[in-house]
Amino acid sequence: MTTPLLLEVRGLSVAYGQVEAVSDVSIAVGAGEIVTVIGRNGAGKTTLLSAIMGILPSRGAVRFAGEAVAPFAIGERVGRGLCLVPEHRALFGSMTVADNLALGAFRHGADERRASQDEMFALFPRLAERRSQLAATLSGGERQMLALARALMGRPRLLMLDEPSLGLAPLIVRDVFRIVAELRERGVAILLVEQNARAALAVADRAYVLELGRVALEGPAAELARDPRVAASYLGIGGRHRDGPPDALNPTPRMSYTASEPPGAGPTATPRPGEDKRP
Amino acid sequence: MNLQVAMLLGQSGITSGAVYALLALAILLVFSVTRILLIPQGEFVSFAALTMAAMQEGRPVRLGWLLGALCLAAVAMDLIASVRARRRPAVSRPTLWLCAWAAAATALSMLLPLAALGHAVQALVTIALIVPLGPLLYRVCFQPVAAAHALVLLVISIAAHVALVGIALFIFGPEGARTEPFSDAVFTVGPALIQSQTLWVVAVSALLVGLLYVGFERHLYGKALRATAVDRLGAELVGISPDLAGRVSLAVAAFIGALSGVLIAPIITIYFDSGFIISLKGFVGALIGGLASYPLAALGALVVGQAESFATFWASAYKEVIVFTLLIPVLLWRSLARTGVEDEE
Ligand SMILES: Nc1ncnc2c1ncn2[C@@H]1O[C@H](COP(=O)(O)OP(=O)(O)O)[C@@H](O)[C@H]1O
Ligand SMILES: [Mg+2]
Repeated sequence: MTTPLLLEVRGLSVAYGQVEAVSDVSIAVGAGEIVTVIGRNGAGKTTLLSAIMGILPSRGAVRFAGEAVAPFAIGERVGRGLCLVPEHRALFGSMTVADNLALGAFRHGADERRASQDEMFALFPRLAERRSQLAATLSGGERQMLALARALMGRPRLLMLDEPSLGLAPLIVRDVFRIVAELRERGVAILLVEQNARAALAVADRAYVLELGRVALEGPAAELARDPRVAASYLGIGGRHRDGPPDALNPTPRMSYTASEPPGAGPTATPRPGEDKRP
Repeated sequence: MNLQVAMLLGQSGITSGAVYALLALAILLVFSVTRILLIPQGEFVSFAALTMAAMQEGRPVRLGWLLGALCLAAVAMDLIASVRARRRPAVSRPTLWLCAWAAAATALSMLLPLAALGHAVQALVTIALIVPLGPLLYRVCFQPVAAAHALVLLVISIAAHVALVGIALFIFGPEGARTEPFSDAVFTVGPALIQSQTLWVVAVSALLVGLLYVGFERHLYGKALRATAVDRLGAELVGISPDLAGRVSLAVAAFIGALSGVLIAPIITIYFDSGFIISLKGFVGALIGGLASYPLAALGALVVGQAESFATFWASAYKEVIVFTLLIPVLLWRSLARTGVEDEE
């Protein structure tokens, strides 16, 4: 990697009481990079992001822009350009779209706030139409757009997105990922956490596979997408050698995978990005 | 009861109802932003009333001692917190500002010939003395445990109330006090005599409610408080610190309490422990609103004021009983209708 490291997580472990949900995870995001962490429901993705953001206490080292963030509260991390769009979006439901956006730039001056808002309305014309509507009355896709826009109002250097495609219809998921790709052009680095591995790998530069709280695989996203183990477990492709040579990555499997998709999901299976895989 | 008596009672009910409404708003604000049921809200009222009375009688205002002690405690806690977070020992900027404010207000209260100056100056200095009590109380009592269960916060809130009542006895003594009314003018409108103090109370309350409304609807900090009440994590994720929200909401609560104290001091005699029962009536109003709706809380408080006023006429000895009995049907109805604030998980 040639770009300087923006986020560097080393040996991070997070426990809920006695149970470790994230164990010894090391990941890195370079400036302007899109990095994705894929993993099944319960793999520890949300826990990982919460620990990086300072919502959960953790062991290990987290450095952002060359600085250890351990002493900083959430707000101070936000002030340094580290932002999180959480899984449940955390919008201010009883407030208008415009107010949600304004609060996204809470730490900025009034002029900057106005400029950022105009920028967001240009990027998300949908939100401009609904600026005086209450956030709680938006559709799922619009809520995700608002969550993205509100986070961008804070002018983050690294935006962490927790399953932005969760519960959205396929067409809207495509929109979301298009915007994620666009953000890179603006110099915002992105750490994208997803169950929707196909879409995430398509947009990302590099990827990590999280299994049971540990990093099972890592590498360039394009290579991981061709990796047979990823293909079998996360892309719903049955054939082991379907998508490229098996030795593209480390040939010794670090763990065994159980096939998760029904056998019908063959090579021609279409991704089902909008599906909520929870019961 | 004839019409004239009814008008008189109604007027007194509106006066106290307006003050209860202010307190209801303060209690609701603090609760929704911080989850603290602020039992010491009433102490802001009694401290303000007694401070203003002391000024008018030319006695020394001794509130500076309490402010000084709280400032010292806040500084010490800041230092300890910074060491614990493995940082350079430092006092936070807000704490420094609070200390400066408290020192300035105390100096004013000692140096100005307050007894000779008018009501307006006395009221301003009183409010300036009381307002920093709110954020200081938050820093010292609540901030270290801000993430704790609401029950823990309630216990601390009760402890703070008990401590403040004791301190009030120490600072102000056991005697009751009543201040001079802002003006003695009385107007006759038809069959009714209207006291100008009533008009003062109603006008100032209405003005404050309007200010609060504009502040929460338009100002970024007001919106930030609302946002914290709506989604605490969401607010933190946009960089609104919960400590800041706590301090600001307590400052607003202390301001409302101080203003209520100044308004109500010429109407009823206030003792060192009178604050509790007054704020309890505001609390009843807030509960009638389900601890969720500001307009309903204010309306509920106005009802409480009327009920109290008429109960005083019919069954003076039982007036508190009657007022608090109001709660039972409301709570029953609320729990049946299942609206309002759900319990925390
Ligand atoms: N608050 C919690 N208390 C205890 N265990 C939790 C809590 N939150 C998550 N977990 C557990 O931690 C593991 C990782 O959860 P999570 O990070 O939410 O996974 P993901 O986001 O990848 O779906 C799961 O086994 C989950 O059951
Ligand atoms: Mg998750």
